[in-house]
Amino acid sequence: MSENLLEVKGLEKHFPITKGLFKRQVGAVRAVDGIDIEVKSGETLGLVGESGCGKSTTGRLFTRILEPTAGTITFEGEDISHKSVTQLRPLRRDVQMIFQDPYSSLNPRHTVGSIVSAPLQIQNIPTPQGLKKAVQELLELVGLNPEHYNRYPHEFSGGQRQRIGIARALALRPKLIIADEPVSALDVSIQAQVVNLLDDLQREFDLTYVFIAHDLSVVRHISDRVAVMYLGKVVEVAERDELYKNPRHPYTVALMSAVPVPDPVRRDRAQRDRVLLTGDVPSPINPPSGCRFRTRCWKAQDICATEEPPLVVRLDDPASHQTACHFPVVEDEAVAGRRPAAAPA
Amino acid sequence: MSIGATNARPFLEIKDLNVRFETDDGIVQAVTGSTFSLEKGQTLGIVGESGSGKSVTSLAVLGLHRTRSNAKVSGEIWLDDEELVTASDEQVRKLRGGKMAMIFQDPLSAMHPYFTVGSQIVEAYRVHHPGVNKKVARERAIDMLARVGIPQPERRFNDYAHQFSGGMRQRAMIAMALVNDPALLIADEPTTALDVTVQAQILDLIRDLQEEFGSAVIMITHDLGVVAELADEVLVMYGGKVIEKGPAVDVFQQPQHPYTWGLLGSMPRLDREVRDRLNPVKGTPPSLINLPQGCAFNPRCPYAGRNGDRSFTETPELRGDIHKVACHLPAEERTKIFQQEVLPNL
Repeated sequence: MSENLLEVKGLEKHFPITKGLFKRQVGAVRAVDGIDIEVKSGETLGLVGESGCGKSTTGRLFTRILEPTAGTITFEGEDISHKSVTQLRPLRRDVQMIFQDPYSSLNPRHTVGSIVSAPLQIQNIPTPQGLKKAVQELLELVGLNPEHYNRYPHEFSGGQRQRIGIARALALRPKLIIADEPVSALDVSIQAQVVNLLDDLQREFDLTYVFIAHDLSVVRHISDRVAVMYLGKVVEVAERDELYKNPRHPYTVALMSAVPVPDPVRRDRAQRDRVLLTGDVPSPINPPSGCRFRTRCWKAQDICATEEPPLVVRLDDPASHQTACHFPVVEDEAVAGRRPAAAPA
Repeated sequence: MSIGATNARPFLEIKDLNVRFETDDGIVQAVTGSTFSLEKGQTLGIVGESGSGKSVTSLAVLGLHRTRSNAKVSGEIWLDDEELVTASDEQVRKLRGGKMAMIFQDPLSAMHPYFTVGSQIVEAYRVHHPGVNKKVARERAIDMLARVGIPQPERRFNDYAHQFSGGMRQRAMIAMALVNDPALLIADEPTTALDVTVQAQILDLIRDLQEEFGSAVIMITHDLGVVAELADEVLVMYGGKVIEKGPAVDVFQQPQHPYTWGLLGSMPRLDREVRDRLNPVKGTPPSLINLPQGCAFNPRCPYAGRNGDRSFTETPELRGDIHKVACHLPAEERTKIFQQEVLPNL
């Protein structure tokens, strides 16, 4: 159970910014800037963070849709960081992806049958019962009508399309599925149906998930372990219950307190306890020195600007709970109503 | 609650509003028989999934359906003793942006890319204040940008929409909507495209500004959390109809309609223990072209068969005193189901 399926060390992805006729590089967007994390076999790892924190890029590096600028990615003990497309082909059987937008991730000119069967054909997987039968079984598995084999994506609703994407990802019976915001484009009731489906499939096929999302409540529901990202870095990682009960990083605390609670009776309390962050996430082109969160943090001191906090176990936390902060939040600390000093422009 | 001695009309009153669109595929019955009212200083939350008619309701109030030749609106919309459905385009134009304003979901597409944000706010102000010179209008716009928390407003005045971050852009749009001190502010999913920490800032801002200006606010969203944060009263829409309506506390604590139960059951919540499974509403929302017979929710309702076939033949009316619901189930039975079957799983 605790065997590492995927391991990354010092993972970086910098997208070059070029200028002029000769595409001279003038800078880089440091989308992912040094991540060490592992995905254990059979678990669901949640990756949360706000837009631009690098969580999607991380997902794409895990699947090797993108090639890392630095660092290593190891899948089942094998270094896959810089393999070529052909060398990666066997890996594709084991690692699949579910995308956010069920509209743009399915080819509108292909039938559901050909979309879902494509992975089987590319990988030359023998289907003793026939390709059509195999696809129909997959459709049934994800709760679609197998008779809709010949329909086109536009004939389906958003939730059904997401199911098609899931069927496609499942076709090769992968070990690891990277789901990048798989439910955020869906209506609430449909969202819950898809979350339940992912749950069932995990149990049935022993899947390992990396679940990337910005919605903290959905991540809490589905994950065993959660990593919080900010500006290309993991700032805190812990077992789910530990993280939600005992958040250490000020950013995690702020993020959690910002989630609106569907209970009007508690709203005054929720508002009083809310840590309001001012300003925006700084640009990943030129991230702040030291701790990247310091420009929005109410606990920041001089050391935060000069020294980057390592991701380590803080205070008396369990070994699986790591925080990258010089001044972690302790329990019962009065963070309520704390507002950071006006952010420098 | 102005049902007192004067018997005056509420600030905003909508009576039996129907909106339909004639399309090539058939008639889209977007809103059917919607009735509600709102007083100044109050916030009304309208909740529903896509295609429930929540946005169309607000477009009809603002008269924005008038640009679409295929839209048919009937019923009455009273804003401060003026009837808007039968009003002339000119009359509605005078109110729109002035007495009533709207915040849209996507500020990038709601703002003009070729004009600076400042000049758009100035324009919004001068349209409704024709005598005002440019300098005064500019000062007003800068003041509004500062009010909504945009740092260095004099400098940002000259920026274009694409130069703003998502949260700042949404603030700028709020500044534009508020520049004429609207008495009615309609916010259509104002925070859906934003990150949670920014969402918290914007909700805070709307709350503060409402306190300051005493406007009536209609908050349209699919996020029950956002509604719970802001709304005094909640309207739940399904298939173009209002199916539940009441004070926010009642609707969240004692929801009456099986659809509202489903919505609450679909949401994982940070304020509760983790549940093993979510309890979503089965099936998908209906097509507004071809609504189910009887109660529009019947194909998805686990209790539809309990009253013989009434649910399949007869459309339930919105009934009740303060807390109203449109459901065929008898009140006692609903309470029993809620207490015994629904509440333990929420």
